[in-house]
Amino acid sequence: MAEATVKRPGRWTRFMAWLDARLPVTETVEYHATKYYAPKNFNFWYYFGVLAMVVLVIQLLSGIWLTMSYVPSGAGAFASVEYIMRDVEFGWLIRYMHSTGASAFFLVVYLHMFRALAYGSYRAPRELLWLIGMAIYLALMAEGFFGYVLTWGNMSFWAAQVIVSLAGAIPIVGPDLMEWVRGDYGMSEITLNRFFALHVVAVPLALVGLVFLHIVALHHVGSNNPDGIDIKQQKDADGVPVDGIPFHPYYTVHDLQATVVFLFLFCVVLFYAPEMYGYFIEKPNFEEANPLKTPEHIAPVWYYTPFYAMLRATTFPLFGLSAKFWGLVVMAGAILIPAILPWLDRSPVRSIRYKGAWSKLMLGLLVASFVALGYLGTIPPSPGATVAAQLLTIVYFAYFLLMPWYSRIERVKPEPERVTR
Amino acid sequence: MNASPVNKQRRYFLIGATAAVGGVGMVGAAVPFVQAWLPSARARAMGAPIRVDIAKLRPGEILGPIPAWRGQPVFIVYRAEATLAKLRGATGALADPDSENEAMQPEYARNAWRSRRPEIGVYLGLCTHLGCSPKYYGEVRPETFDANWQGGFFCPCHGSRFDLAGRVVKSVPAPDNLPVPPHFFESDNVVVIGQDGAAA
Amino acid sequence: MTRLLGAVWVALAVALGMPALAAESSWTLEAMTPNLTDKPSLQNGLKLYANYCLGCHSLKFQRYERTADDLGAPHDIVMENVVFTGQKIGSLMTTAMPEEEAKGWFGAAPPDLTMVARVRGVDWLYTYLKTFYIDPTRPFGVNNKVFDNVGMPHVMMELQGTQREVCKGYEPLDIVHGEALIGAPRAPQCLLEVEAGTGIYDEKEFNAAVYDLVNFLYYVGEPTRLERERIGAYVLAFLAVLFVFAFLLNREYWKGIR
Repeated sequence: MAEATVKRPGRWTRFMAWLDARLPVTETVEYHATKYYAPKNFNFWYYFGVLAMVVLVIQLLSGIWLTMSYVPSGAGAFASVEYIMRDVEFGWLIRYMHSTGASAFFLVVYLHMFRALAYGSYRAPRELLWLIGMAIYLALMAEGFFGYVLTWGNMSFWAAQVIVSLAGAIPIVGPDLMEWVRGDYGMSEITLNRFFALHVVAVPLALVGLVFLHIVALHHVGSNNPDGIDIKQQKDADGVPVDGIPFHPYYTVHDLQATVVFLFLFCVVLFYAPEMYGYFIEKPNFEEANPLKTPEHIAPVWYYTPFYAMLRATTFPLFGLSAKFWGLVVMAGAILIPAILPWLDRSPVRSIRYKGAWSKLMLGLLVASFVALGYLGTIPPSPGATVAAQLLTIVYFAYFLLMPWYSRIERVKPEPERVTR
Repeated sequence: MNASPVNKQRRYFLIGATAAVGGVGMVGAAVPFVQAWLPSARARAMGAPIRVDIAKLRPGEILGPIPAWRGQPVFIVYRAEATLAKLRGATGALADPDSENEAMQPEYARNAWRSRRPEIGVYLGLCTHLGCSPKYYGEVRPETFDANWQGGFFCPCHGSRFDLAGRVVKSVPAPDNLPVPPHFFESDNVVVIGQDGAAA
Repeated sequence: MTRLLGAVWVALAVALGMPALAAESSWTLEAMTPNLTDKPSLQNGLKLYANYCLGCHSLKFQRYERTADDLGAPHDIVMENVVFTGQKIGSLMTTAMPEEEAKGWFGAAPPDLTMVARVRGVDWLYTYLKTFYIDPTRPFGVNNKVFDNVGMPHVMMELQGTQREVCKGYEPLDIVHGEALIGAPRAPQCLLEVEAGTGIYDEKEFNAAVYDLVNFLYYVGEPTRLERERIGAYVLAFLAVLFVFAFLLNREYWKGIR
């Protein structure tokens, strides 16, 4: 800037001044990138937020292109997917991009959420950031479900039938609600049409809006870090956190490198195992929806199976209400309970690095139960599997419900003043 | 922030190289998305050559119903002997009487009648101005748009006029003659539209 | 971070160690490895499909033209031998059979088989096509080992010949040492045997024909597969190159930090 006082500003500087007077370009870039100071000790787990954005872009682009050839009608939906796969130039690539992207989205979001659990990123002052993230997760689940139905394969059809029937478990209004959601007496083209509208317009709009809010909230409170300490406590003479580093260029190049690695893995799946052995695209979905024939073994896609396993594990009525109803309660509870984490965690420290043995054990059990439930959700039910799922469901909830207790009584290590490696 | 000197040259090189390779990747990633807009296999199958029976076509008539090739109207007109002579004659009012714009017809239709068989004219029925479909006014009689009308096509959208060989009249909006689609006569009464045929 | 990763691995190990509870079919499926680069096999498969299957089972998402091009079969030969009258080379491979009548003949319309290899798997198809056997109690006089009470005739019987189920009484299950163990569990040993000389093909030829047919169905299930794998190699190679630059760029910026 010292130069500017002696020389007449150049064209570019004058153009930017003109622009900045009318649109806060420089201000925005500085606020969100070049003068956004992120802790310099980000590790592996801090890649997944950016990767989720990358997948969002992939999904938006490939989704827009799929919409160009997809036909949301009962008679035409399934055939139009095969039309995309065979007749449209590179349609197969765009479709596999979208189907692989769906799974990739959930994978990176689950890892992103795990990071938040491990390093206490949900805690004050980031409660709202966490809640917006939870809203994104819910929107993503809805988006994934509606999109899954659109292919109108037999598994899609029956999965939709099962999920919509869940609403029927709600006492009194349930049956009417089911009819209202479907717009018909059974799953039909009418249902498909509204799911299409939700999948391609309503939910993506909400998602993009929520992601925007998520980033605004993040940049307002600042990023957490693996040590869970506040880097704004230690500032240099210029008011810059001593452990902070400008997001751009440092984290842009960092994330670029990670993005390339991610894209490589993504493309390995896309080009060499797009069905992922039936986990990303299930075999029955290569058969057209048949309202008269349920597939022999029906399971949702992997990213819903932990919750599906909990739903199935709820096999007993309670307080005069049916097991079906309680299944819905357990499933909805399991999905929503992370939202109250900021108020469950009573630990004096944020990061798992300085928390005690209880927190470490419970987090480990949470991950183990989530993965194991995810597996159980993919296999046909059996008495043994049901008992296992019941135990694992208890473990899952224990992480959250016992947290006010174990996070307070355990012995924690002192947090450092400055970030560590 | 840190004491170690920054090798600016190296940084610029790496930024440039990464951006260049990344740019190539962006272009490559765009290829499938651009290609996806090309006519699909279904569009190509539906745009396959069509066979049209012209046995019932009489001199002075246009084939009706108008056949569609690639979903676009095709005019097949049967011109009487007298018309053919006239087409060969007065060409002063035409913008491109000798079919000099090669894109508008295959080589075998570059003649006074712009057709393979003098009496049978085959034209794509879309105005070269903005793509409306002209109407057939086959008779020689005064019309509201031309008191001295010699027969031809008139486009209701913007008033372009074409003669019975699909040649555009001077000083109308349309810049070119009506295109002649690839075609050949499979037999006396069957014309195949969309293919040049073996004898092309 | 390392410890966190460790916890994840432990969790994964717990999950994957859980017993699989999948149901098994009683007849062992024969393994079959498709080969999409074997054009003669695919062409023969197309020919067999046209002769024995396409009359009833459509491939309604696939076009003749694409099939011909992918398999390296000339259009005129495909037009002559495969394409139904009135259809064009660009047409979808539908059948001429009216659905309603088909329901009358077979009880249900014969399903479209475009994606059958993706639904059932090639091993199932290969075994299925080989395990039709005479069963006079069935409407078409045949039954099938992997598709019990199947509702279709054995269309390739003229090729395979008459196959019957032959049960050889009770044999000891443990025949590892070549001698019957007294008290060892016994079960009937049922095999399928083709009556010699009843088929146009011998066993080896028939197996080869079934292989070609299943290979073809595997191709039709996903005609873009070879292209996908080919393009994938370029994309991965490119990303590897891009990574080198991204890596160096990142290192350049971060070398002085910390």
